[in-house]
Amino acid sequence: MSQDALPAADEEVRYHSPSRPRGVWASPIRRREALDGYVFILPWFLGLLIFILGPFLAGFYYSLTEYDSLLPPNWLGVENYRRILFDDDRFWLTVYNTVWYVLAAVIPQVILGLLLAILLNQKARGITVFRTVFFMPSIVPIVASVSLFIFILHDRFGLLNETLYGVFGIVGPNWLTSPDWSKPSLVLWSMWGIGGGMIIYLAGLQGIPETLYEAAAIDGAGALRCFWKITIPLISPTILFVVIMGIIGSFQIFTPVFLLGSANYGMAAAGPMDSLLFWVVYIYNQGFFYFRMGYASAIAWLLFILLVVLTLIQFRLAGRWVYYEDEAAIR
Amino acid sequence: MLAQRAMLNIALGRFEGKSRKVAQASFVYCLLIGLGFLFAMPLVWLVSTSLKSNEQVGTWPPVWIPYPFVWQNYFVAWTSGRFGLYFFNTTFITVLATIGQVLTASMAAFGFARLRFPGRELLFAVLLATMMLPFVVTMIPTFILFKNLGWLDSFKPLIVPHYFGGGAFFIFLLRQFFKTLPTEIFEQATIDGASNYRAYYQILLPLSKPALSTVAIFGFLQHWNDFLAPLIYLNSPEKFTLALGLRQFIQRTEVRYQEMMAMALLMTIPVLLVFFFFQQYFIRGVVMSGIKG
Repeated sequence: MSQDALPAADEEVRYHSPSRPRGVWASPIRRREALDGYVFILPWFLGLLIFILGPFLAGFYYSLTEYDSLLPPNWLGVENYRRILFDDDRFWLTVYNTVWYVLAAVIPQVILGLLLAILLNQKARGITVFRTVFFMPSIVPIVASVSLFIFILHDRFGLLNETLYGVFGIVGPNWLTSPDWSKPSLVLWSMWGIGGGMIIYLAGLQGIPETLYEAAAIDGAGALRCFWKITIPLISPTILFVVIMGIIGSFQIFTPVFLLGSANYGMAAAGPMDSLLFWVVYIYNQGFFYFRMGYASAIAWLLFILLVVLTLIQFRLAGRWVYYEDEAAIR
Repeated sequence: MLAQRAMLNIALGRFEGKSRKVAQASFVYCLLIGLGFLFAMPLVWLVSTSLKSNEQVGTWPPVWIPYPFVWQNYFVAWTSGRFGLYFFNTTFITVLATIGQVLTASMAAFGFARLRFPGRELLFAVLLATMMLPFVVTMIPTFILFKNLGWLDSFKPLIVPHYFGGGAFFIFLLRQFFKTLPTEIFEQATIDGASNYRAYYQILLPLSKPALSTVAIFGFLQHWNDFLAPLIYLNSPEKFTLALGLRQFIQRTEVRYQEMMAMALLMTIPVLLVFFFFQQYFIRGVVMSGIKG
């Protein structure tokens, strides 16, 4: 079939003028395309309604009720939020623990991850082997890597404390059973998975044109100057991405905390002296252990609001330090 | 003192010409080997411990190469921990859920990338917004939904939702890829009288194998490693996944570490195999995820 089999007007709409919404229903071919489009996105759209928007709004409703998932919800208004913010000491302990971890884990992720990526961006023989070595830990299933760390961090038989004592003569701390060391243990575990962020940086670094460094070298710029004036500005969008995803992810960390916290302390416990009571662990305990679904939903919504605010602040601050090439081109 | 000054100079790149190149390279290698050793050690320790006899676990100096290899740890842990069953359950869930993700995510991505319909830009903006939504906000209401459907303690909550779009991130990733395919192929197909459905499965899907593989691999990892969803939805031990089975090892009062390590390794091996065979798709996925920033 040749092209002139199609009516000329349709040809016009199809390929040259996307901005004619009225024409969509007038032309049978455009109508066909639009209907097919809806069919193709239908599974996603139903999922959006059933598994995202519906639960999202239902969660807000539950957060205003008392609900044990058996009897119908009982309207409370903002009582749950008032109790959480003003009467619940464990909630504030949760906030403290979570923020402690977010700061201790995200800062190394961002800084050390970048330094590691720069190291692995060198043109050295066998560099791909090293990249694999650093990246591999980040894909080990969390339950498996936590099991491994539970063993390595064992007070007496663990490799770490044995090495500390055997080589340096230091009596190591009780990593997992002391309230002061349980969070550092978790940070140690998260450092092992730093390769995930490293590989994102590496992708960003490889997008920086080599000519910039060559030109800088001709102008007499040293390595440090190149780092601050070329690498950092050009990779700043990637840094922003790693920071935002790192913060969102660390605030919601659950599996490793829950596994370390319940290893010796039963289902609902959260590590020695609640030192591993993290935000999502607290939601889990309230919702699935005490069946206080309304209260748990309110804690979840508080986390949601906090994350939205933090992300907005970061985008706002980003204007001051993140450099976008296209913008610079416009100026 | 002199050595320190030399190290500092190397670190700051204060050398000229050839000696500088050599110094820099050896500094880089020292760092790489030192750090690489630190990062590789836990995995080596995992393999080594899983082959030890009870007496060799937790001794000083540490035994790195056990003698003899105690393969029995694997058999004991496998049978006592019912790992055959968990392995089957996990594979079943992972395969079905990943198929749903690849299928429905590619459909939605095709719609967003290739077909024009009123409201497309708005819906795509909604899709991008849902990527930022923390999962905890929907966790409890979704649980209540499945409870009301009577689906608790079954695999359905772990599989069925993935047949509804398969996750905003995957749709985004595939749409970016579909946009790079030449428009002419699709135009020609339309002119030749092929419907959009035929264009989808006879042109788009075969051309997009790399991107679809990336989604399949990430989907596989997601379901294979998942802990929270099985924890919430599965109660009876005969329905457990590997992640839940391994957790039972952690919680035993009398932990036999060599067996725990053996099972941890068995759970990790499929992931490592997939990683080594499909390494380029991993990197591609990460690179594409970086585009978002």
